[in-house]
This record gives sequence, structure tokens and C-alpha cells, in this order.
Amino acid sequence: MNLSHYYVAFLGIVSRELHRFFQQRTRLLSALIRPLLWLVVFAAGFRAALGVSIMEPYGTYITYQTYITPGLCCMIILFNGMQSSLSMVYDREMGSMKVLLMSPLPRPFLLFCKVFATALLSLIQVYIFLALAQLVDVEIDFMGYITAIPAVFLIALFLGALGLMLSNLIKQLENFAGVMNFVIFPMFFLSSALYPLWKMKEASLWLYWICHYNPFSYCVELLRFALYEQANTDTLMVLIPITCVVVVLALASFSPKSGGRR
Amino acid sequence: MTATLEINQISFNYGPKKALDKVTFAIKPGFNVLLGPNGAGKSTLISLLTRLTKVDSGNILCDGFDLEKETAKVMRLFGVVFQQSTLDLDLSIKQNLVYHGALHGLSAKQSLSNVMPLLEEFELSSRLGDKVRSLNGGHRRRVELVRALLHKPKVLLLDEASVGLDNPSRHMIINYLRQCVRQEGLAVLWTTHLLDEINASDYLIMLNQGRVAQQGQVSTLLAQYAVNDVQALYAALTDAFAFNKI
Repeated sequence: MNLSHYYVAFLGIVSRELHRFFQQRTRLLSALIRPLLWLVVFAAGFRAALGVSIMEPYGTYITYQTYITPGLCCMIILFNGMQSSLSMVYDREMGSMKVLLMSPLPRPFLLFCKVFATALLSLIQVYIFLALAQLVDVEIDFMGYITAIPAVFLIALFLGALGLMLSNLIKQLENFAGVMNFVIFPMFFLSSALYPLWKMKEASLWLYWICHYNPFSYCVELLRFALYEQANTDTLMVLIPITCVVVVLALASFSPKSGGRR
Repeated sequence: MTATLEINQISFNYGPKKALDKVTFAIKPGFNVLLGPNGAGKSTLISLLTRLTKVDSGNILCDGFDLEKETAKVMRLFGVVFQQSTLDLDLSIKQNLVYHGALHGLSAKQSLSNVMPLLEEFELSSRLGDKVRSLNGGHRRRVELVRALLHKPKVLLLDEASVGLDNPSRHMIINYLRQCVRQEGLAVLWTTHLLDEINASDYLIMLNQGRVAQQGQVSTLLAQYAVNDVQALYAALTDAFAFNKI
């Protein structure tokens, strides 16, 4: 097998995921409606109660909408990552996973292509959301959109690989509700997505520490700084190794038959 | 001629249940039928051949390459049609074919040119843009067969590929495969429990309760068991197996 085989297969897997995504219009719609509701409705209602004082990376007072935008972007990536785990379970149940696994290429490479495609889809959704967020006065400099690309991609790789790992644990499509309750909601709410951690510290110290050690908080902060053209090295030093570990674990632990033998 | 596919002493258990017990046989280019009742271990064997499940013991060789050690070389030689449809329902016929081709390192153009004659023969060439979801069972099976042949495999594995099809579709597929065997020297391993799909010229491997009960050219076995047709042969083989004569 030569490099061109890998390249053609990579393009094939990525374009298949893109085709599937754009043919499922309701998936794109629901991916955008959820964070937009938070941004437009929730943020409007809570902006007075949850005023945010000056903090890094913002140079001045900001609106609550501006504060939660990076968290909502990460929410999109989180949901897309978990959606990809659902899609893996669906592919496994419907049999189309067999087509992928019958390729002569190494399985870790094939699965990495899937994770990469998931990350690309997350990137597309986040940028559509950011474009719509401008309508509610979330202002980000043009350069911020550029510097956010690698951050979104790193976060999407991490959460996509996490989704792949979870797909090994989910035996049936019906179990996806468990992922919502035990993964998505705790990760999102126990993070700095909706409120700064110092506010959480004032309310409850133990909750603060949970939020502090939640990798999702690092995702949110990395993107928050990246959107303001700053590299947050503290978060990068945590997220890069975690992403590498999760990607390796996800690829190594993959089982063609969920809950079965490898 | 050396065997194209060799299965040597393959055993496999589902927990305490023995699914395959030291299964050994070899197939050459031609139409080879893996026959057995439900639960005989046919699908388990296909699952092992396609590496969706790992063998407990024994080895599988294709063209001299060991499936475990030289996986990529072996997988390139296999085309597979699974019992359960593996087409992506949300994609078109063309997208499904191009995706499969890409996984085998073929460009979209190359993939389509490889299968265009077959698509025409199966009356699918004008429906390339149709979503698979809109096709009936017979057409879906045809697409799966086209896809399995797209990368020009040497061995075609078909796991109960005719189940659920009407007679015209079944015959169309089987006749085409027999033609491939004659013209292109393809080795077909056709697993089935339907006796009317078997010809006297086929090589038969009878699987029962995870063991190879009998194997050989159908015409030879008919003579050996002094019976006139495949139904009678099947009954004779099943009886012989039940009474441990095999």
C-alpha cells in the first residue's frame, strides 16, 4: 500500500461523513438551534443576574452573550462528538461499519479518519454558529476567527475521540440517553461554559474543584482565549496530552462488535 | 492448482458454546458452496474470514498469505457480501460505490469505470444517483454484489446473500457469479441453506454443529452416497452426521 492509497481512503471517509451530514438537514438544524436558544433566550434572561466583571482575556466589561459564546461553541463540539459516537453505534447496528473495517488499511488509521471527519464537521458547525452569533452583538475580530481554528480543531479531536471511546460502551442506540445524562450534561454544566469559575468558587468550593478539573473547562478556556487572539498555554499544556491519550485509547480500544469480543 | 483459500483447524467459541470446531477445508477458483442449517457456524466463519472476529485457534491463508500476519494483502483479495445489508441508506448508489473504492485506494473515476459494465448488466446504471433507501431488496443486493466486485477481488465471500430475494433476483445473481467463475477464474464461497442453489459441478462443504460434516465435488458426493439430487444428498449427509458416521 502506498501513500496515495491512504490519501484516497482519507478523502473517501471524510467526504462520506460530509455527504451524510449535509443530507441530514435536521441534524445541522438541531446542532445550531440548541446553542442559539442558549445564546438568545437563556443569555437574555440571565444577563442581569449573571453579570460578568472584567476578566481575562476580555479587556473591558462584556455582555453575558459574549461570555457564553466560547462555551456554546464547545457545546456544539461536545454534542457533535457524542453524535458521532451515536453514528458509530448506528453504523455498527446497520452493518455499514463492516465496509470500513474490511478495507486493507490499518484499522487505527481508518478510525482516525472518522475522528478527523467528526472534527471537521464540528469546525463547520461552530463557524456557522459564530456567524449567526454576530446577529446578537457577539463581536469578535476577524483575526479571532482565524486563531480559533486550531483551538476548535484540537477540542473537536479530543471530544470526537471521546465519542469513539464511548461508542465501545454503548451497546444499543437506545442507550444514548445515558450518554446525555452521564456525559454531556455533567461535562457542560460542571465547567466554565456558563459561569466563570470564581463565581462557582463563591458558591461551593467542592463544585469549583470539580469544574476546575473538568477537561471541558480547559476546552472552553482555550477557545475563549483563541477567539481573542491569545494562546492560553496553561490549557494547551493540559489539552494536548489529554487529547493524545484519548485518541490513542479510543483507537486501541475499538471493538467491531460492541460489548463483544475483539 | 494450489488452493486460493485455506482454512486450517479453525476453532471458535462464544463463551462456553463451541461455534466452530477444528474446521478445515480449502477452496480453489470455482463455485464453492458452504452449506449448513441455521446455527451451523456459517456466519461465524465469514466473520472470522473478514476479521470482524478473531480466531481462537487455527489459521487462514489466502494465496499463501496468512490473514493474521499479512492482513492487508489478504483483505485486498477478498470481496464480501454480508447476510445483513451493509449499504449506507442515506447515500446514493454512486456514493456507496465510490466510498468502497476509496477504501481500496481507487479514485471515483476508476471505481465507476471498473463496475460500469456490471451496473448496466444489473440495470442500475441509470439509477446511480438514487438513494439506496429508495431501492427494493433485490436491487440493494445487486448493488452490494457490484460493490464487492469493484476492486477486482480474487475470492468472493457471500454470506446467505440470496436470503429474502425473489426467484428472478436470486437466479440473476447466482447466474452472474457462475459466469464470473467461468470467465475470470474467481473463487466464490457461497454460504447458503437453500439446496436449489447448488449445482453438480460445485464444490460443497457441509457444515453442521460447527464441524465440517463432509466436503467434495457435488457430483462425486452424489455418486458416493448413491443419491440422485442435492435434496437427497443433504438428507443423507445430515443422517450420517446425526449417527456419527462422519
